[in-house]
Amino acid sequence: MLITTVNISYLLGATAFVIGLRQMSTPATARKGNLLATLGMSIAILATLFLPINGADNNYVWIMGAMTVGGIIGYISAIKIEMTAMPQMVSVFNGLGGACAVVLAYTELFQLAEGGIIASEAQLLILLLTLLIGAVAFTGSMLAYGKLQGLVDDRKVTLPRHNLINMAILALLVVLYIYVYVSGSQPGIIWITALLLLSLLYGLSFVAPIGGADMPVVISLLNAFTGLSAAAAGLIYSNNIMMVGGILVGSAGIILTVVMCKAMNRSLTNVLVGGFGENHKSKKEKGDKQVAKEITCADLAVQLYYSNTVMVVPGYGLAVAQAQKVVKRMDNLLSANGVDVTYAIHPVAGRMPGHMNVLLAEADVPYPKLLDMEDANEAMPNTDMVIVIGANDVVNPAAYDDPASPVYGMPVINVWEAKNVVVLKRSMNPGYAGIQNQLFFHHKTRMLFGDAKTTLEELNDEIKSLEG
Amino acid sequence: MESIFLFLDENLLLIYLLIFTVILGFELISNVPTILHTPLMSGANAISGVVIIGAILLIRNADPTDYLTLSLGALGVVLGMINVVGGFAVTNRMLKMFNKKKK
Repeated sequence: MLITTVNISYLLGATAFVIGLRQMSTPATARKGNLLATLGMSIAILATLFLPINGADNNYVWIMGAMTVGGIIGYISAIKIEMTAMPQMVSVFNGLGGACAVVLAYTELFQLAEGGIIASEAQLLILLLTLLIGAVAFTGSMLAYGKLQGLVDDRKVTLPRHNLINMAILALLVVLYIYVYVSGSQPGIIWITALLLLSLLYGLSFVAPIGGADMPVVISLLNAFTGLSAAAAGLIYSNNIMMVGGILVGSAGIILTVVMCKAMNRSLTNVLVGGFGENHKSKKEKGDKQVAKEITCADLAVQLYYSNTVMVVPGYGLAVAQAQKVVKRMDNLLSANGVDVTYAIHPVAGRMPGHMNVLLAEADVPYPKLLDMEDANEAMPNTDMVIVIGANDVVNPAAYDDPASPVYGMPVINVWEAKNVVVLKRSMNPGYAGIQNQLFFHHKTRMLFGDAKTTLEELNDEIKSLEG
Repeated sequence: MESIFLFLDENLLLIYLLIFTVILGFELISNVPTILHTPLMSGANAISGVVIIGAILLIRNADPTDYLTLSLGALGVVLGMINVVGGFAVTNRMLKMFNKKKK
């Protein structure tokens, strides 16, 4: 009776995951979908607590204690986190899920080694897979977090010929795994620990050479890994909801990774082994020192005020400076004077797809004002003024005309087709892809240096004074 | 090797389940607008926290005097719970902003 209830609960939970994901892929129902998935997870966890197990000691005190601690930590970090740091947070959460799978697999393997339980060959194989995938997802996600948070410098963690090193570690891993697998159902604890450490190392080494601009793709891929490790763990416990949930995340994560790669016009292999960190010496970069022309806030205010159409191209700099609300105020001031203000959103602007949409939504920018890349490029020749705020690689003309550039072939926003371009930037430092941008030296371009928020506040004051 | 074939034989329904779930996952995500990529990744990430169920089962099956297993299991539950609760909460925060602008 109880077992049937538990099984039906698992079925309901799994259905909630599927419908929840479905709803999450449409803007109108997305929030409801997330709540439904949350409900599904709650049902699944509750059912697991009540699942009848013969002769089990249950140890409910331990479970409740651990659930409370984890729940509080998770909730507080999710509530406290700045919206700009959200991609890193997702990466951390993902890493911890992988770590959970590692703990499970290691504990089970440990018990095998001690002779406490006997596993079949298939079970041993699954345990080893869970250990490997979970470990890579764990350390990989943590390094991705470090990179996005600015704690880790891409160049410092990349060794010469890093791809070869990666392949060597992977080969060693495969050999070690095969050795442990064929050495029988009672692997030595030293070997298991060696496997664990090497898998953890591989996770770090795997993410190390991948440049910051590609981090979203990597996080999505690691997310798929965590899903797969959860599914593998589900096989160990013959638990249906773990399998369904894990596989769903695994396949959804992989397709999401591919979609993101497409948005950047690159293949997954290219992202994983291409490495932005390597020294691309573009022919244009080696040329003479060029001088970018500057503009003052006052001049820009006048130009904006008398434009008919203004397009804002936001990037990560906007998120860092927390300037979204100031931008909205500028929008209000200009719109009051009949200026048509729109926003051009590059699919991978910011550190994650949709990053800019979330930020602008937070500042109450109406949805119809956001143009996607195709629409923005179409409207570009009729735009009087483009303001690029903290974006760089997504507006780099090298994507069209410099085959030596790492961004070559990536679709970008053609801001130079507008009548005038102003770039708000902290300094002349290159963008996250680490490459110089010819746009800054374009004859239509003027630069306005400074922190985006401070500069925009000054600009707003100037615009206000024009209304006088 | 034989035991693997045996495993496949015994779990044929399971393999059906795996294949159909993979296809379902692909289909669910294929046509998602760019703005939803991040929240969707975050939501999927929270669902992958389902691995916590394994950690709960590990503790439930452990001997009450086997403190090593209990501690490791508790560690697993804490990690999984952070993933689940944090993941769903942060996704909800992101999606809340989409709602606001619909007014």
